[in-house]
Amino acid sequence: MNLMLALIVFSPLLGILVLSLMPKMQESSIKLVGILATLPALVLSLAVFSQYKNGTELFAYNLKWDWIHFGMSEGVFEIPFELGVDGFSLIMVVLTSILSVLAAIASLHIKKEWKGYFMLFLLLEVGMLGVFVAENLILFFLFFEITLIPMFFLIGKWGFHEKEKAAYSFLIYNGLGSAVLLIVIMVLFARTGTSNIDVLQQLLTADAGHARITDNVKMGLLLALLVAFGVKLPIFPLHTWMLRVHVQAPPSIVMLHSGILLKIGAYGLIRFGMGIFPEQFTSIAWLLATLGVVNLLYGAFLALIQKDFKMVLAYSSISHMGIVLIGVGALNEAGIQGAIFQVVSHGLISALLFFLVGIFYERFHTSEITKLGGMAKGMPITAGFLLAGAMASLGLPGMSGFVSEFMAFLGLFDAMPVLAAVGCLGIILTAVYLLRAVLGMTFGKAQREFTGVSDISSFEWAPVLVLVALIVLIGVYPSVLSEPLQATLETIMLGLGG
Amino acid sequence: MDLEQMLSYQWAIMTPEFIILGIATILSIMDLFMPKNQDRKILGWIAFTAIIAAFVSLLGLVDLEVTSILYDTFRLDSYAKAFKLLLLIGAALVMLLAISYEPKEGMKEYKGEFYYLFLTALLGAMVMSSSGDLITLFVGLELLSLSSYILAGIRKKHLPSNESAMKYVINGGISTAVTLFGLSYVFGLTGSTNLTEITGVLSANFDTQQIYLLGLSFLLVFVGLSFKLASVPFHMWAPDVYQGAPTPVTAFLSVVSKTAGFVILLRILLTVYGAAPSGSSTASYPMLIKMQDYIALLAGATMIIGNVIALRQRNVKRLFAYSSIAHAGYLLVAIAALSAFMFDAMWFYLGAYLFMNLGAFAIIQLISGKSDNEDISAFAGLYKRSPILAVSMGVFLLSLAGIPGTAGFIGKLNIFMGTFYVDPAHYVLASVMIATTVISYFYYFGIFTQMFFRPAASDEKIKLPAGIIVVLVITVAATIVFGLFPNLAFDFLHTSFNGFSDMFQ
Repeated sequence: MNLMLALIVFSPLLGILVLSLMPKMQESSIKLVGILATLPALVLSLAVFSQYKNGTELFAYNLKWDWIHFGMSEGVFEIPFELGVDGFSLIMVVLTSILSVLAAIASLHIKKEWKGYFMLFLLLEVGMLGVFVAENLILFFLFFEITLIPMFFLIGKWGFHEKEKAAYSFLIYNGLGSAVLLIVIMVLFARTGTSNIDVLQQLLTADAGHARITDNVKMGLLLALLVAFGVKLPIFPLHTWMLRVHVQAPPSIVMLHSGILLKIGAYGLIRFGMGIFPEQFTSIAWLLATLGVVNLLYGAFLALIQKDFKMVLAYSSISHMGIVLIGVGALNEAGIQGAIFQVVSHGLISALLFFLVGIFYERFHTSEITKLGGMAKGMPITAGFLLAGAMASLGLPGMSGFVSEFMAFLGLFDAMPVLAAVGCLGIILTAVYLLRAVLGMTFGKAQREFTGVSDISSFEWAPVLVLVALIVLIGVYPSVLSEPLQATLETIMLGLGG
Repeated sequence: MDLEQMLSYQWAIMTPEFIILGIATILSIMDLFMPKNQDRKILGWIAFTAIIAAFVSLLGLVDLEVTSILYDTFRLDSYAKAFKLLLLIGAALVMLLAISYEPKEGMKEYKGEFYYLFLTALLGAMVMSSSGDLITLFVGLELLSLSSYILAGIRKKHLPSNESAMKYVINGGISTAVTLFGLSYVFGLTGSTNLTEITGVLSANFDTQQIYLLGLSFLLVFVGLSFKLASVPFHMWAPDVYQGAPTPVTAFLSVVSKTAGFVILLRILLTVYGAAPSGSSTASYPMLIKMQDYIALLAGATMIIGNVIALRQRNVKRLFAYSSIAHAGYLLVAIAALSAFMFDAMWFYLGAYLFMNLGAFAIIQLISGKSDNEDISAFAGLYKRSPILAVSMGVFLLSLAGIPGTAGFIGKLNIFMGTFYVDPAHYVLASVMIATTVISYFYYFGIFTQMFFRPAASDEKIKLPAGIIVVLVITVAATIVFGLFPNLAFDFLHTSFNGFSDMFQ
């Protein structure tokens, strides 16, 4: 029995415990504990990652305990507590633990009630890590819901002026999404007697299929899954809540929200949608690709006219999630690989950009593009990083954004060339809106004096450097991701019959 | 009946009832002879001890075979035992709330009655769950109802309390009449009031011409009993009564009284209508299966009405009244699905609901307290005034909303299992249930907003009476433990009661 994964997931709990015993007002030590508590998960997940690179099989980390069983006799309707990872989920775990540390550092900007903040923050981390290591659907759902509650409070208490509205909007949209997800999970569980992802995969894709789940039911379940994860991703028109969250939540939380939480949608679609219902998934691939192109263009067009940089980033997230859908919809190896790359790459890039938003929000209390004009004069380094982030986001070769977009479109051109051609417009638009926003901020007409404003300083260096380094690393050496993903991709392609 | 026969009965199976009855009698006499200005709290503690004693004696009876005495009118089968355990736990916690209850006015002179009326009400509920005969059933029902009527209006000089008692009596009277009317058809058609005999008559040679009469009786009984469940169509009393009644009484009505209602409803449905045929051919389904759609309809209406109207409430107790209506709806879903998981789901959900709801009421009682301020804004800034209370309330609210990690989630999960397990699956009903659950997030999280986001009106610290502390510790622990390790409860249920297989013996 290997406890590694359980340790990774639950290590932030230790921090919560320590924090709960600390007095409320010790600001600096609370912040220190908060940051330290995110480190064990990072160290352990990196350890697993490096062991995997050195040839350890991932199933060695599987863990299974008896947990719940319903009904009279044992053996049926069991929900064990089972954790495990494959290449894809391991990458997500590593990404989560890296971004958690960086977001914890970004949380140094938080101004009030640090104790409550960090306790919720760590709980959120438990939820996010758990989502990616859960081996059965009910456990997945449990962790999925655990992320909901801390997010509600983190937005509603520490956000900006319309925070409560944003928190409610988050809660209700995601609540509905997870309600639909719960229906799917319970139908599968009640009708097959298992909620283990791998077992379900085998049961439902076997030649005869499962007697109690007909093809029509499968189709219905898949569409329900699409809605459930579509809220999370978000897919147009289910995206309004996410704009509010991006603008109203504190930047440190948006780093996690945009970096990890949105990606749960993509993870779910690929892992469950594609994994459990491959046949039905193939038949709605055109729909996904179309939705992807719509997302891409819709986000890009609206990003073009935003005055607030946070809104630009919010629409940019919608647009970039479109690329994930495009890759998934292409249904070939390049496309799916591109989608997964985009998940990781966008996680890093949006975390970087939101960290920078946090930096200048801290100094100027605004994120409006015109009010920040001429920033390059006063804060050259910050402005430089901002430009770097924007370049990565618009897909400059040599950075991670390029690899993912390239592969996703390569996949789609192979499968649906016309749609891909339309989608390419989005790439041009991306460059336009990002450059418009970033150049407006860095070189635009100066609205204020920048003297006496400190440029990026002390602790703020660490996250920026780490993120830029990772973005460039993936850009110039994509194998760092593609190698661990190889096995997962092969399994998926096998399932799709390709 | 001669003395010898009287003595030959196994009276031991009624030990829990005798304890409650005996102590209630003793308390009423003690109350008479105690000096006027002496503190009556001691009576409350005696009553609490009595409930614990009854609980322990019932645990001693758990392994007993199914036994019935008094010509089958009182039966102790595993079904009765399992649910009586819940009733006793609920009543014990309510009693602790009652001991700590100190309203502004209108209670001083009736403190004694306050305690022993809870005991008689509890006795009624216990008799109901053990009844094998329509007569004992009705006697239990009335004992519970009459005690509750007085309890609701026990704050004599408090206007809302009087109003609530009045409304409760009138509504209760009507519903009792409807129930009795329905039961009279059953008696008329079968010639017996004994449930076992009725089952025999209905399943053997029942004149199929009279099926429609029996169907009518089903609807009347179901509608009449929905008064106790606080479900549609007899839910209208709940908001007014919950709001006006003293908080421990409200807690009692929402938990113990509701549980008793479900216990007896299920017993009648399964024994009488589970045996009755629904069509002229011999191979037809039992009537209960045919009636599933009506139950599902009422369950859906209950969930929608409860959750939607709760959105508009400012008064906490009123809000919890609608929430309690909504939860009755969830429980009806389990009955409507009639799956293999029904007993498990109902027992567990009622248990989970007992803990989370009583915990919430303990805090409501404390917050509304002496000021009689029951507006939701009374919770403002609770996190600042008392973090422990705010977090405990948070646990109860999350559980009521059905968030994973709490007992409420497992309860809902189990009900879902049932709806999807049966063929054909109840997709619509389950969807209504889950959609209304999401609606309920609005009002439960509204309380969160008050507790955590709003500034407190006063910095006054809140004093925690001993009784409330005990209740909070037990309820928080149970809500979380049964949420994380539900099999502690399920295993107990399965090993001790073996799926209630002796219900029809």
